[in-house]
Parts: sequence; C-alpha cells; structure tokens
Amino acid sequence: MMSCKQATELMSQEQDRQLTFFERINLRIHVLICDACNNYRQQMSVLRDACKRFGSGGTP
Amino acid sequence: MELDRQKELNALRPDLLRFAHLQLRDSGAAEDAVQETMLAALVGNHRFENRSSYKTWLISILRNKIIDIIRSQSREVTASSLSDDETGDDLVDSLFDQRGHWQETARPGRWADPENSFEQQQFWQVFEACLDHLPERTARIFMMREFLGLDTDEICKEASISTSNCWVVLHRARMSLRTCLETKWFAGEEA
Ligand SMILES: [Zn+2]
Repeated sequence: MMSCKQATELMSQEQDRQLTFFERINLRIHVLICDACNNYRQQMSVLRDACKRFGSGGTP
Repeated sequence: MELDRQKELNALRPDLLRFAHLQLRDSGAAEDAVQETMLAALVGNHRFENRSSYKTWLISILRNKIIDIIRSQSREVTASSLSDDETGDDLVDSLFDQRGHWQETARPGRWADPENSFEQQQFWQVFEACLDHLPERTARIFMMREFLGLDTDEICKEASISTSNCWVVLHRARMSLRTCLETKWFAGEEA
C-alpha cells in the first residue's frame, strides 16, 4: 500500500504525464480508502480550474 | 467606440501588469510585455471579436508575449541544481509523519463550493498572494505549466532541469498553493 506522501506525488504527476497502469490502480485503491487523499485530489482539480480561469483572464 | 476601447484598455492595464509580473518577477520585463500587448491590441483591434471578453482577448496576447520573453531569457540561463527552497522539503516534512501519512493537523479537508469562491474578488487576491509566496523559480515553472500551458518537456528545456526535477517542482508548487489556499481561504469558508 502506498503512503499518502507517495499518493500526493502521483496526484500531481497525473496532471503532467500519463501514469502507468499499476500507478493508476494503486492510486485508485488509495483514494478509495483514504479520505484525506481523496480530498487532496479534489483540491488539485479545483486548483487546476482556478489556474485555467486566472490564466485566461476569466476572473471577476 | 474607439475611445471606449482605449479607455477599457487603460483600465485593464494594472491587471495585465500584475499578471505579467507574477510570472516574470521582473518589473522591466513585465512592463515590456504589457507595452507590447497594448500596442498589439490597438493595432489589431479590428481582429477582436465579441466572442470572448476584452480582458480574455488581451490576456491571450499577453500570454504569447510572456512566452516569447521566457524563451529569449532561457538562453541566458545555465543549468543549475535546485535550491532547498525550490525542492520545498521543509513543507512536505511538516505535513507528513515518518511513514508518509498525513499529520493529524494537516489532513486535507473538502473545499466547499469552489465555483462560488471563483466569483469573489477576495478569493483572487488570496490566490495571487499565494502565488507570490512561491520561490521565484518554482513560480515560473508552475505558471509556465498552468497559465501558459507549456508541456513539461519544453519547461524542462527552458528551465534547464531534468524531467523528474520538473515533476518535483510542480508537485511542491501545487502542495504549497493548496496549503496556502486551505489555510487562508477555504478553512474560513463555511463547509
Ligand atoms: Zn492518503
């Protein structure tokens, strides 16, 4: 079982590269049973949305 | 009509300058990028179609100017290793225990209604402050990825670092930003 620290590394890298099959499976299992990392993943997607908005001048 | 456009352009100038400065971290270079953007906007005004907002259109011109500047600068930068500041090990060490699990006080919470936050100007002030908090090189690499939309291969080349270092820097940048946003914004919001 991977640690939360490793999981956060993969949750960042999945935004920059294609994860391997085993990385994807391991990560999926981890976030299924770890609330904190599941929340972290949501935060990563919010962060990306925020950057998209900011980077395209879509802020109020 | 033309006059309105020019007024609008002037009114947006501070926004453009802040945007450029966040990424270039250099007043002179930021000023140049904005100057060129405004010039291009005035000359190419007829090319602006009302499909997007004027600000969005200007930012898209500015993004290209910033990429040009970064590309011309990177030729002057020689390969260097990352400083401790940039690997951000301190932050990571403070968030996890020795086995790599979240410290009890550092466990991420669910961010309530981000769309609602995006509509608020105060949120973006916090967001900019958090970006400003990143070490200079980290911020540049992060913004090349997220705002300028460059892929990691090009970023590594421009920043003269290896691909794996690039991933490390991006990870630390994201970790630092979400920690900053959580403490300075979302923790205060009602869940
Ligand atoms: Zn976890």
